[in-house]
Amino acid sequence: MAETTFEKSIKELDEIVKKLELGELSLDEMLALFERGISLSKTCNKLLNEAEKKVNILIKKDDGVQKQQFSSSEGEL
Amino acid sequence: MTVSVTALNRYIKTMLENDNRLSAIAVSGELSNFKCHTSGHCYMTLKDEKSAIRAVMFKSSADRLRFRPENGMKVIVTGRVSVYERDGQYQLYISAMQPDGVGALFAAFEQLKEQLTKEGVFDSEKKKAIPKFPDTIGVITSPTGAAVRDIVNVITRRYPIAEVVIYPVLVQGDGAAQQIAEAIDFFDVENAADVLIIGRGGGSIEELWAFNEEAVARAIYRCSIPIISAVGHETDFTISDFAADLRAPTPSAAAELAVPSREELIEQLRQNYRRAYFSVSKTIKNNKEILSRFSIKNPLDTINQHRILTDNTVRHMNNAVLTNFETKSKQLAVAAAALSALSPLKVLERGYGVAQKQQKVIRSVTQVSLGDEISLTLSDGKILCGVTDKKEERHG
Repeated sequence: MAETTFEKSIKELDEIVKKLELGELSLDEMLALFERGISLSKTCNKLLNEAEKKVNILIKKDDGVQKQQFSSSEGEL
Repeated sequence: MTVSVTALNRYIKTMLENDNRLSAIAVSGELSNFKCHTSGHCYMTLKDEKSAIRAVMFKSSADRLRFRPENGMKVIVTGRVSVYERDGQYQLYISAMQPDGVGALFAAFEQLKEQLTKEGVFDSEKKKAIPKFPDTIGVITSPTGAAVRDIVNVITRRYPIAEVVIYPVLVQGDGAAQQIAEAIDFFDVENAADVLIIGRGGGSIEELWAFNEEAVARAIYRCSIPIISAVGHETDFTISDFAADLRAPTPSAAAELAVPSREELIEQLRQNYRRAYFSVSKTIKNNKEILSRFSIKNPLDTINQHRILTDNTVRHMNNAVLTNFETKSKQLAVAAAALSALSPLKVLERGYGVAQKQQKVIRSVTQVSLGDEISLTLSDGKILCGVTDKKEERHG
């Protein structure tokens, strides 16, 4: 499984912060990195705030396997 | 009376089979000459220090073995004693066998563990990394246990942006291991998840047994999706725990290992933002300080400074001139007053006159001779006079 956008973004953001903290950059480089960092952190936040996903249970049918929404209260029956 | 060999063997067989003590007997002994034929029937000799007996275990019984019998192994077998008529050989017909001493299951566990270790199924180099941010989590467990509820609760609380797909299976009893292995294969073939959790809640060793079966271990080993195994409680270790890429002590713990916490990630993002912002503003501040220290002088500053100096000088100069001027004015006033007092006009007004000869003021009688014409200036005009007499007088 390839890295997700999120994983890539959060890695890059970490690297940017480390570079900024080292402080060995020209002002132009620093501001460009900072700008990139802000945009990455926005992307990550957006991904983290995506709509909640469902919990599904697989049901075996004659023609294969189907997904059905799972409710843990049903599971107690 | 003479009987045939066959009749004798049959008679002995009947004798033995009619003995209740021999029809269901448990015997302990050590295995030797153990052999399983391609038919599935197993043949062996059971012995102790002093004696030995031939034994056979037919396929139907051998298939139910939970361990692999080996020569030298101490076992307890149950079965009956009968005769193999063709050879006149009495022997033990074994229906069940378990290792003696330690529990059968434990022995089987150790044996399978040893075998799979040899095969490299548990090798740590072959463990796959659990993805940090899975989109889909496959859960292979009973749909009705506490385990599935715990897993779903933890995942939806920590990381609700991931999808959970539950593959319901039996987790104990006949067919459980088969179902679990099939479920693992399903996810693998369909590539239907980024990470799998297999497991169940606590139970006895027999209840957890499906997770000690070879079929499950092998399915885990061949699966290309990383698997977290969480069987029973903290203290329970199963073969599937060893075969899996990661062992979790409980199903809830497995869910925590499978997904990150969204809240923690958001906080981490916030901190990263703060750190980036802080270091950038710090650098800017530092640069400003450095700049001010090296301050390349603004040319206007110099001009201004000169201007201020000039202004001051001018002011001083003005002051000096003014002071001087005042002094002089005072002197002038005094002089003017003195001058005014000396003004000849004033003298003339008092009745004096200025006598002049040929434009020259006459100060002495010796300057004139009789008959000279002189002028006498008064305050309002001149008189021309002729000298008719002169007399010298001395004053003082």
